[in-house]
Amino acid sequence: MADTSTVDQPKVKDKKPLFGKRERRLITDPLNDNNPITVQVLGICSALAITTQVSPAVVMTLAVIFVMGFANLFTSLLRHTIPKQVRMIVMLIIIAFLVTVVELSLKAINYPIYQELSVFIGLIITNCIIMGRLEAFAMADKPWPSFLDGVGNAMGYGAILIIVAFFRELFGSGSLMGWELFGPGPQFMINTEAHALLSWYMPNNLMVLSASALFVIGVLIWIHRAWNRDLIDVS
Amino acid sequence: MHSTSYVVKFILVVSVVVALVLSSMATLLKPIHDRNEALANKRSILFAVNNYLETPIRQMSDDEVIEIFDNQIDQYVVDIQGNILSEEEVRAEGYAGGMAEHVDLGRERRKPESDRIFPVFVFNAPDEQLYVVSVRGNGLWDEIWANVALQSDFNTIAGVAFGHRAETPGLGAEITDNPRFSEQFVGTKLFDEAGNFRSVTVKKGRVTDEDHEVDGITGSTVTNNGVSEMFERGLQYYFSYFEKVETQ
Repeated sequence: MADTSTVDQPKVKDKKPLFGKRERRLITDPLNDNNPITVQVLGICSALAITTQVSPAVVMTLAVIFVMGFANLFTSLLRHTIPKQVRMIVMLIIIAFLVTVVELSLKAINYPIYQELSVFIGLIITNCIIMGRLEAFAMADKPWPSFLDGVGNAMGYGAILIIVAFFRELFGSGSLMGWELFGPGPQFMINTEAHALLSWYMPNNLMVLSASALFVIGVLIWIHRAWNRDLIDVS
Repeated sequence: MHSTSYVVKFILVVSVVVALVLSSMATLLKPIHDRNEALANKRSILFAVNNYLETPIRQMSDDEVIEIFDNQIDQYVVDIQGNILSEEEVRAEGYAGGMAEHVDLGRERRKPESDRIFPVFVFNAPDEQLYVVSVRGNGLWDEIWANVALQSDFNTIAGVAFGHRAETPGLGAEITDNPRFSEQFVGTKLFDEAGNFRSVTVKKGRVTDEDHEVDGITGSTVTNNGVSEMFERGLQYYFSYFEKVETQ
């Protein structure tokens, strides 16, 4: 079978190791060189919506890792039988199936978190990264690399999600994971109102609004490219 | 290219397999889901009287919640005229459990006002009685609701527990996630000194009238307004019941 993967592969004739060089690259590439958010600029919509606080972002990341890993795996297993005309619909069925599994399980295992995330679990279906990876990778590669590619991309997406949520929660609400760190008022660990040097400080309400996610992601893209110069387009 | 008949067969097989797996999963997990929902509902009712509990509701185990609910709560279902309905009458409305905790206000909201029924929970604290009533309204994306605990003067709010189906985390969802929002309602009053119904309004900006206003959540105007409207509209349904209790 012809290898049509998107990642360079050293030719290994004999039995391949479970975590060879290529497998490792499948996991690490999306974290840096091929990050779905900062390089491919996919999945921005959900990155705006669920990054006001860190804990929903973490649960969202775990859910996306599960959905994406297995969606890639199932699509790859079925890739020779899926009719080309309806492949998009079949992928959507697979994604929607997995999302519903996550939703039903979460509702049974941890009801408070299920209530907290409510709509956003369902919205994983519309995450464009998942569809993108199914189409670009899983339709043309073996199950195990596809699974790793899904997990890797979900982690690359989740990493950015958590970084953005960190800054938005810290500067928007003055808290992290619900722990109130600094801000005006006695409920914060550092009460800036009572502090002589910090009495000017107010949490930045802009950080709570969706637009700030784009500012944060923009700055992240800038930092990412300044640090990894291979990513700069020379055009 | 695959033939059309192959495509149709493939889609059929995929759909049937997915439908079978999901429906059996939903059926298997239904008892756990129902149990979780019932518990969350009990917790939400008790959360309204959180200030009167010995241990905060968030630290209570599921068994403790059930025990307090069974021993310290009397529940009634009332209609808009304030009459208490019997268990059979509640069952006839389509709630198999027949208790106030089974009444779904979301369903009642779709009926004409005169046909609706409403749950009342009386919490027996050591030295007083608190009346927990339920209100329901619209947030930004979907319904929001609240259990409102009133002191026995039917005027002073003793605590509020909010709930929502789909508000945005960090914005509208702060009505449940941020305890400081619901704490503001404690001590607010439904009526002014002349006895006119004023309700409690969620304000944008600074609160000027502490008896009837609370500070809203920044960036979620629609949810804030939904809370105000829900209080104003929903509490009035209970007025005839309150009058009947007071004249007894």
